[in-house]
Amino acid sequence: MSDAERSIDDAPDGSTDEFEPIQVFPEAEEMDLRPGADNCYKCSTCDTNCPVAAVDDEFPGPKFQGPEQWRLKRQDDRDVDESVMKCSNCMRCDSACPSSVPLSQMHNTARGEYVDERMSKRSREYLRNRMLANYRRLAPLASTFPRTANAVMGLSITRWIGEKLLGVTSEREFPEFATETFREWWETRGGNAASKKRAREARAKRGGDADDAEKRIAYFHGCYANYNTPEVAKALVRVYEHFGYEVLVPDQRCSGTPMFANGMLDDARRAAETNVAELAAAIEDGADVVASCSSCSMSIRQEYPELFDFADTETVAETTWDAVEYLRVHEDLEAELAGTSVDDEFDSFAYHAPCHSRNQGLNGQTIEVMSAIDGVDVHDVGDSCSGISGTYGWKAENYETSMKIGEEMFEHMADADAEAGLTECPTCSMQMEHGTGYEITHTLEVLEAALVETGTDE
Amino acid sequence: MAIEDDVLVVGGGLAGATAALAAKDADPDARVRLVTYKQSTLRHASGLIDVLGYGPDGDGPLVDPFDALVNLPESHPYRRVGVDAVREALSFFDGVAGDAYAGNHTDRNALVPTAGGTVKPTARYPAATAAGLASDERDALFVGFETLPAFDAPRSASHLEAAGVPFSTRGETVSFPGIDRDDAKLVRYAHLLDEDERVRTSGRRMGARTALATAVDARLGEESRIGFPAVLGDERPAEVRSYLADALGVDVFEVPTGPPSLAGMRLEDVLFDALSDDGVRVTAGVPVIDYELVAGGASESDGDRIDHVVVDRHGSEIPHRADQYVLATGGLVGKGVKSDRDGVFEPIFDCHVPQADDRYDWFVDDVFGEQPYARFGLEPDRDLRPLDPNGEPEFSNLRAAGAVLGGYDFAAEKSGAGVSIATGYVAGTRAAEEVSR
Ligand SMILES: Cc1cc2nc3c(=O)[nH]c(=O)nc-3n(C[C@H](O)[C@H](O)[C@H](O)COP(=O)(O)OP(=O)(O)OC[C@H]3O[C@@H](n4cnc5c(N)ncnc54)[C@H](O)[C@@H]3O)c2cc1C
Ligand code: SF4
Ligand code: SF4
Repeated sequence: MSDAERSIDDAPDGSTDEFEPIQVFPEAEEMDLRPGADNCYKCSTCDTNCPVAAVDDEFPGPKFQGPEQWRLKRQDDRDVDESVMKCSNCMRCDSACPSSVPLSQMHNTARGEYVDERMSKRSREYLRNRMLANYRRLAPLASTFPRTANAVMGLSITRWIGEKLLGVTSEREFPEFATETFREWWETRGGNAASKKRAREARAKRGGDADDAEKRIAYFHGCYANYNTPEVAKALVRVYEHFGYEVLVPDQRCSGTPMFANGMLDDARRAAETNVAELAAAIEDGADVVASCSSCSMSIRQEYPELFDFADTETVAETTWDAVEYLRVHEDLEAELAGTSVDDEFDSFAYHAPCHSRNQGLNGQTIEVMSAIDGVDVHDVGDSCSGISGTYGWKAENYETSMKIGEEMFEHMADADAEAGLTECPTCSMQMEHGTGYEITHTLEVLEAALVETGTDE
Repeated sequence: MAIEDDVLVVGGGLAGATAALAAKDADPDARVRLVTYKQSTLRHASGLIDVLGYGPDGDGPLVDPFDALVNLPESHPYRRVGVDAVREALSFFDGVAGDAYAGNHTDRNALVPTAGGTVKPTARYPAATAAGLASDERDALFVGFETLPAFDAPRSASHLEAAGVPFSTRGETVSFPGIDRDDAKLVRYAHLLDEDERVRTSGRRMGARTALATAVDARLGEESRIGFPAVLGDERPAEVRSYLADALGVDVFEVPTGPPSLAGMRLEDVLFDALSDDGVRVTAGVPVIDYELVAGGASESDGDRIDHVVVDRHGSEIPHRADQYVLATGGLVGKGVKSDRDGVFEPIFDCHVPQADDRYDWFVDDVFGEQPYARFGLEPDRDLRPLDPNGEPEFSNLRAAGAVLGGYDFAAEKSGAGVSIATGYVAGTRAAEEVSR
């Protein structure tokens, strides 16, 4: 861990406008080794970043949710406050805190404890949350009969039942299931063997070493790109093969993001255990891991090591990358994109950086990369949260809050000189579409259009 | 492949943002990047731009800060960059801040009422504060909110009068429409007004702006201006203020409050919008943790040359290379300077931090006396390159700006923002000039 992240020694205590003196001596703190909560010096920076607290004064905010609640709990074994279920797990507080208090880890743990100890396993809320968190289990069923599933999900009666029976908002339309999943396409195309061959050819064509076995990635596609937007996953495969990378697609389960957000830590643990084992095996085979969904990469990089300690958890976290970030660091992506262009369908976008990209320091990346392609105009719609935060905005009781949070982003999208949206998070893209009616594209699809000749691979 | 730029600024507080903007201004073709970790002290600071409120011996409040700059010790950052550079930097800031700030019509300090009921000397102040100046002789009503005890309006008003302001003051406390809980966040107040959300007040539903104006109108006497705590909008503060002013028929101003501070957050927005408009590349949320030297660079007479710095993205170490670097990581609060058992140090480049050997010399007994530790920080040359213990530049291509520098006590002097702007401006400009050479 870096120095910049360690800091119990030098927080000012209760600074005010009048410049309270700063404590420079660490001893007092060191004698009493209390965990993260005591790093908090109550500056309230986290509270000024919380999108939920800005629209709902019933929500006590991250400072209470995190350090204060943990301090209270330790003193007199208090129950976790139910307001933790109102936190959307956007993690904005986590990246804001100047004192590196592990806010998101505290929220995830508190939420898990609340659901475990205080939420009835027979309640409608529990069942609904469990279903939303485990969307991946329903998805295979739906994608076996995608047309029927899409038709049924689209029926207003289904949505009405969803709301009345389960508390899933009827305001939103369920995402469509693809008629062919990414993994089906991948198998039909010849799996890893085909990718190996294509990568080899690409390396030879690029004038590189055709036998360069180093260029190998393991793709964590997550649920959404597999069942709903296989075009994003295919774009990733083609772009990486274009650069001469052999692609592996290991067995995998949900990254765990929706489970953390719903306090289903046991479900998350089971999924994470499989993912860590499978990805560690791929790393052992010489691959680096890349993900196309910003919440999946966030989860593997930050939440896994904060919450679990399977063998290899750290290695997998450290070897996992955002798909575009990986290319920027390992290839000269900007030089490759110089002089490329894309069709009119991609000429201008309103771009929203997902909170979970922001947390990984990737907020400026898309604008930088897109500016290297001729004819693409990308407008950043600012740093507000889209408001949906995964399963959060799907719950009937959160729908209004979710749309209030999203208002700022919708306004900025409407003001931007663009009729289409761009982002890297599946649920942000649902929210962007829901609020503006725009069609939403993933950054990898634009890279594919710029770099990969069409018609080479159907 | 490293991420490549011409100028790389580390730290995104007032000093780092100013340095990046100044670099881009000096050379619009330069590729400038800002890498910053957590949120900066802009979130706590009042939003006032203090240049120098009190002299080195505590004399003041100073009428004209520029007159006093030449009397500062040679090692003070203002003396390092020179008085002309301080002026240039402030007018650069004025250009960036535009209508959002006032005070540039004079060299003299303005006197701004604070939440505690004192009067603070400052060089520039947010437009939202303009109608509140203590030199203005119009009577003022201060309005606080029941759920926001940090600003006690009747108490502030009476303290101000006791301090001898040339007008009469009165304080009233009202309940803020739409807020019932006493732990509602500052951003909740601001959001209600920004969006003019419908709220229920005395049995009727109306917009939050109208509801607030109605509640205050009932308490308004002969005063021609009203001061509120700084919660009047985050996204659209000018609109909120002018709505209230029209509805009440008086001038409306904000009294700086915090931390946390909406006025500081608005300044942060102004700076980051400017960075984005000027094409500065911003990478936020991840720290710089290390650096590598250019191989064989040690022979250069003016110090080693940094080849690249290492950014930690959740465990992946990403090299970022530039020709010139600016270190603007803040002081003890921003974590640009840290302390442990062995003393005070600068964690990224391990630049030399002058300090007394015996840590008991770090304090003086009088708690209100001048505390040496408040001045801890790097010692730079006139080009703002940090110096090693022998007085030679640590690196040929590293400059430092803002609270990471030593030799001044921003809290005692009231010089925090001014030093950050002056040194950020000089460090950024010189870095870009060096690139184009
Ligand atoms: C409570 C408070 C009130 C204040 N009020 C006033 C006032 O009324 N008037 C006034 O003029 N001044 C005031 N100041 C002072 C002023 O706001 C700042 O302290 C000063 O301008 C310093 O700014 P800076 O940019 O140097 O550092 P900071 O604001 O501390 O910013 C440093 C930045 O660098 C980042 N950073 C640190 N380490 C790394 C790393 N390894 N990698 C990447 N990034 C890193 C930090 O996360 C932070 O964002 C106040 C300060 C405080 C704390
Ligand atoms: S930002 Fe960090 S230090 Fe400040 S109140 Fe929140 S948790 Fe505490
Ligand atoms: S994770 Fe997001 S919603 Fe939850 S407390 Fe933090 S900022 Fe608020």
